[in-house]
Amino acid sequence: MNFFHFLVQNHEQVLELTLEHLWLVGISTVLAVLVGIPLGIMSAHWPVWNKPVLGTANIVQTIPSLALFGFLLPVPWLGDRADRLAILALTLYALLPVIRNTYTGIRGVDPAVVEAGRGMGLTPRQLLFQVELPLALSVILSGIRVAVVVSVGLATIAAAIGAGGLGEFIFRGLAMVNNQLILAGAVPAAVLALSADFGLGWLEKRLRPR
Amino acid sequence: MEQTSTHSPVIEFRDVAYVLPNGQPLLSGLNLQVTGGETVVLLGRSGSGKTTSLKLINRLLTPTSGEVRVNGAPNAESDVIRLRRSIGYVIQDAGLFPHYTVERNIGLVPRIEGWTAERIHLRVAELLQLVGLEPQLASRYPHQLSGGQRQRVGVARALAADPAILLMDEPFGALDALTRDQLQREFLSLQQRLGKTVVFVTHDLREALRLGSRIALLEAGRLVTVLSPEQFLRSNDPLAAAYVQAFGDGLDSVANRGAT
Repeated sequence: MNFFHFLVQNHEQVLELTLEHLWLVGISTVLAVLVGIPLGIMSAHWPVWNKPVLGTANIVQTIPSLALFGFLLPVPWLGDRADRLAILALTLYALLPVIRNTYTGIRGVDPAVVEAGRGMGLTPRQLLFQVELPLALSVILSGIRVAVVVSVGLATIAAAIGAGGLGEFIFRGLAMVNNQLILAGAVPAAVLALSADFGLGWLEKRLRPR
Repeated sequence: MEQTSTHSPVIEFRDVAYVLPNGQPLLSGLNLQVTGGETVVLLGRSGSGKTTSLKLINRLLTPTSGEVRVNGAPNAESDVIRLRRSIGYVIQDAGLFPHYTVERNIGLVPRIEGWTAERIHLRVAELLQLVGLEPQLASRYPHQLSGGQRQRVGVARALAADPAILLMDEPFGALDALTRDQLQREFLSLQQRLGKTVVFVTHDLREALRLGSRIALLEAGRLVTVLSPEQFLRSNDPLAAAYVQAFGDGLDSVANRGAT
């Protein structure tokens, strides 16, 4: 039985685990964007926040993923359901690239343009939404792209705590020393990562200011 | 009414000092009055405090001591957003928004002021003509324009909401000599028609003589002297004389002798 044969035969389960995987990555990315962009804006506008925010995000990034899943397990409400826990862990990992790129993107806007906007009487809010964020958008998007690609890979580990996703195949395959099973998890995960990378990369290029 | 508005100062510096947070003084003891309809050129080398003075007018900077009065009232008391929208601001390299078309760039202040789309469109067309740009440039992006065109758009954008005061910070500094010459000439004719109160920053004596009704010479954060272009050429002040010497012959012919 070759690998493709296996995929076809188990297509229902492959599809189900892929959707689960997408859900874990999708929700955590949305959360990371909702939290990370405001934090990035804060650190770009008020330098006091820069070090604590980026420093914390950096430290989180250095915690080994399996250990982070383990650390979060005893937390009351979180530990009740494996997928909650996996989403929080993935969100924490996705924060750094989102925050950092938001920060870099906003700091990278030509100071002359910002000064002109202030001088013309734009309110700080108008300046942010009409000038800074649009001009930083492609840089922010490239941070989101990194976050998504990393999350797709990391989410396979979430299966270790029973959160589902394509990691299930991989862990099962490891336990049964079955390469086809491992590939059935790894190949769709790689395809997901590559298509996310390509799709968001295309969007990023389109939104890049001239 | 007309009489008082042209003779009482539109902009007035009263004993203004500006010191950086680290204690370095950029400007001290500045007293200067700008009357309605005149073009005062702030002339000086880099670090002399001319840009600092300009930014104190629209409150991009706040004086450490003293006050800046605009239209007879301390500008610190007015709403900063309203104040800035009532003052046109042009900077070197124009500072155009790269993600907006020419039309949106010019129409920005009218748009946030809530003008109707129709009125903005008409105003943009009018301004493009005023600064000598083809109407079809309205849909272009700044990166598709030449340096001279960008600077014209910058001027049009500053004029959009018809402010009575115009602040210009080395607007023609980055342009090639021919384009600069042309824009200076157009500035003069524009100024003759519009009669704005202009504060113009430059380090170029030739430009100062040509465009200014009066020249305020700054050095190391202090106002050295305020002279008309003709007086400047004949001044005994050592710094003014040094400028005249540095810029060489032929200055007489450029000096602005227009009645103010």
